[in-house]
Amino acid sequence: MRRIISILMENEAGALSRVAGLFSARAYNIESLTVAPTEDASLSRMTLVTRGTDDIIEQILKQLNKLVDVVKVLDLTEGAHIERELMLIKVAAVGNEMRTEVKRLCDIFRGRIIDVTECSYTIELTGAGSKLDAFIDSLDESTILETVRSGVSGIARGDKRLHV
Amino acid sequence: MELTGAEIFVRCLKEEGVEYLFGYPGGAVLHTYDALFQQQDVQHILVRHEQGATHAADGYARSTGKPGVVLVTSGPGATNAVTGIATAYMDSIPLVVFTGQVFTSLIGNDAFQEVDSVGITRPCVKHNFLVGDVKDLAATIKQAFYIATSGRPGPVVIDLPKDVTAAKALYAYPETVQLRSYNPVVKGHAGQIKKAVKLMLSATRPMVYTGGGVVLDNAAATLTEFVQTLGYPVTNTLMGLGGYPATDRQFLGMLGMHGTYEANMAMHHCDVLVAIGARFDDRVTGAIEKFCPTAKIVHIDIDPTSIAKNIKVDIPIVGGVNSVLRSMLKLIADSDITPDKEALGSWWKQISEWRQQDCLKFESSADVIKPQQVVQALYEITGGDAYVTTDVGQHQMWAAQFYKFDQPRRWITSGGLGTMGFGLPAAMGVQLAHPAETVACITGDGSIQMCLQELSTCLQYRLPIKVINLNNGYLGMVRQWQEIFYQGRYAMSYMDALPDFVKLAEGYGHVGMRIEKSGDVEGALKEAMAMKERLVFLDFKTDATENVYPMIPAGAGLNEMMLV
Ligand SMILES: Cc1ncc(C[n+]2csc(CCOP(=O)(O)OP(=O)(O)O)c2C)c(N)n1
Repeated sequence: MRRIISILMENEAGALSRVAGLFSARAYNIESLTVAPTEDASLSRMTLVTRGTDDIIEQILKQLNKLVDVVKVLDLTEGAHIERELMLIKVAAVGNEMRTEVKRLCDIFRGRIIDVTECSYTIELTGAGSKLDAFIDSLDESTILETVRSGVSGIARGDKRLHV
Repeated sequence: MELTGAEIFVRCLKEEGVEYLFGYPGGAVLHTYDALFQQQDVQHILVRHEQGATHAADGYARSTGKPGVVLVTSGPGATNAVTGIATAYMDSIPLVVFTGQVFTSLIGNDAFQEVDSVGITRPCVKHNFLVGDVKDLAATIKQAFYIATSGRPGPVVIDLPKDVTAAKALYAYPETVQLRSYNPVVKGHAGQIKKAVKLMLSATRPMVYTGGGVVLDNAAATLTEFVQTLGYPVTNTLMGLGGYPATDRQFLGMLGMHGTYEANMAMHHCDVLVAIGARFDDRVTGAIEKFCPTAKIVHIDIDPTSIAKNIKVDIPIVGGVNSVLRSMLKLIADSDITPDKEALGSWWKQISEWRQQDCLKFESSADVIKPQQVVQALYEITGGDAYVTTDVGQHQMWAAQFYKFDQPRRWITSGGLGTMGFGLPAAMGVQLAHPAETVACITGDGSIQMCLQELSTCLQYRLPIKVINLNNGYLGMVRQWQEIFYQGRYAMSYMDALPDFVKLAEGYGHVGMRIEKSGDVEGALKEAMAMKERLVFLDFKTDATENVYPMIPAGAGLNEMMLV
């Protein structure tokens, strides 16, 4: 099953490689991984998306907790949560008809066009991974010039929070 | 007071009560060696290869319970140390290893003797640090010792750039360590402990299975009290030997691939299994799907990741072995339920029948030396009191089977990584820690050649180790597998062109003895033991084709042993 795991860790050189190394050494799957400092500069927050059986997920959570740099771990998928990902996508937009069509799709998905040239649009889109997938699917594949996705960031709904 | 990084290093080791520092010098650690030269508190032991330094520190740690400390230079010094670090990691041995590093300004530039020591060692340490600022050095060292020795112990590496050892900072050794991200649990969950005790007391075919965690937590006495209070049978893993007195009637011997028939059968047929400080290693469980088919399992371990990793358990308890067993003993004393005498009686009767199989029997010969006979004679001559280190292979298994350890920390072997070359340097660490005790290194003609250079260190520090070389002319354990599973195609397991070990020992300034007849084994051992001040290398020419039995072949369950 797909899981979104939030990790609060010491913002130290090498902390990221400890997590990445753990996953490769134990052959766990990483679908995406994002990391950046938090409001407390000594802490980094990581969101990691993985897949595995319940047993493997249990081991992943324990192994993450065992890393000395890791302060807290939370499996967001266990409760209500919000998942967001940012995508920047450059698509061909040549001629009126095509430009209107791309703009229309972009509006439907609540994306924003953030850069324009004579023959392309660059669109910014946020949402759950599945929404970004759907947007890509709705485009004619041959018009996609470039995509950049940030990987998933997640947070629990309600009052629940991950903090020291 | 302002001190250089090198001086701070020395002061911190003194604060930590470090007696011996095992190491080897080089460019990146010259300042540090200079500071060591100017003090008397920490004795530096100069090995002949950095692998030897880590194994020696490891032997010191295993035999004393104190952390072993190592200092090596950057680049090749660090990479040579890696095997020893990984060995300690697999067996949860506390080490603090300092690796020199190139100048901070050169890191990443492929400088002379630069390797990414933190990166290389990351997967085989409990934690590691790169010290970027001399101001952080003392606190980092304090943390390293704390992390290495607390919770589930393990090696910690500190990478020390050369400029950091030269730079100055105010020195103050922190009195305590507080790490918000690291708080090992010691006390077990009271509710789980209660449930476990209830289950244990209702068992009709109980079995206690214990591992290295008992030794590491200094819980042998508590375990003994626990097992004897209950009257249950007990088995030890390879790492757990000495955790329960081997000569006691309730001890069924080691379990697993080369364990005893009675231990493995009792495991297979038990209805309640109490696993204590053990991790269900594949050499212990045999085929997972056939493991303990009728048992409810209690598992006590300080490391949550050990629990439910290989085997699903019914009652997990995360906590220190000693603390959890103490709580259990209290509950047992207060409990109205007592073990079912009758059921236990018939369980013991069954176990006695398995015992009668006498699975470790071997045929001695008037002529050729049987390896088992050598270990048995060593056991008798040393009164079971020696510290025994081993290398890896058949000799290691025979040592485990035939030397009965009644006390913990006397059995020193590389269990998890199975590192050939471990035995001799580990024995150096043991002998330094216990100068008046007998230290025997049981080895094979293959393994001993992997860290042979340390014979020179043994002479320098006058370490009177007794090297027991079970010389079968083969990489015996490899040969055994090739005989059984590869129709006798002995690919590269024959050691052609072996050195003359007697001359070799003499060349290093030690005493060498060659023993070729079965009748000479005892005499030779006695003669060697009498040479209290000398390292004696006993080269026993043993039966080349002897195999280790019993044996569980791959894919089989614990009840499917191959007997002799
Ligand atoms: C460093 C290392 N390389 C290879 C092995 C694989 N291995 C395990 S046992 C063994 C044979 C050991 O031979 P020897 O030391 O002569 O002992 P014997 O089995 O004959 O008692 C080998 C090669 C190992 N355990 N460690």
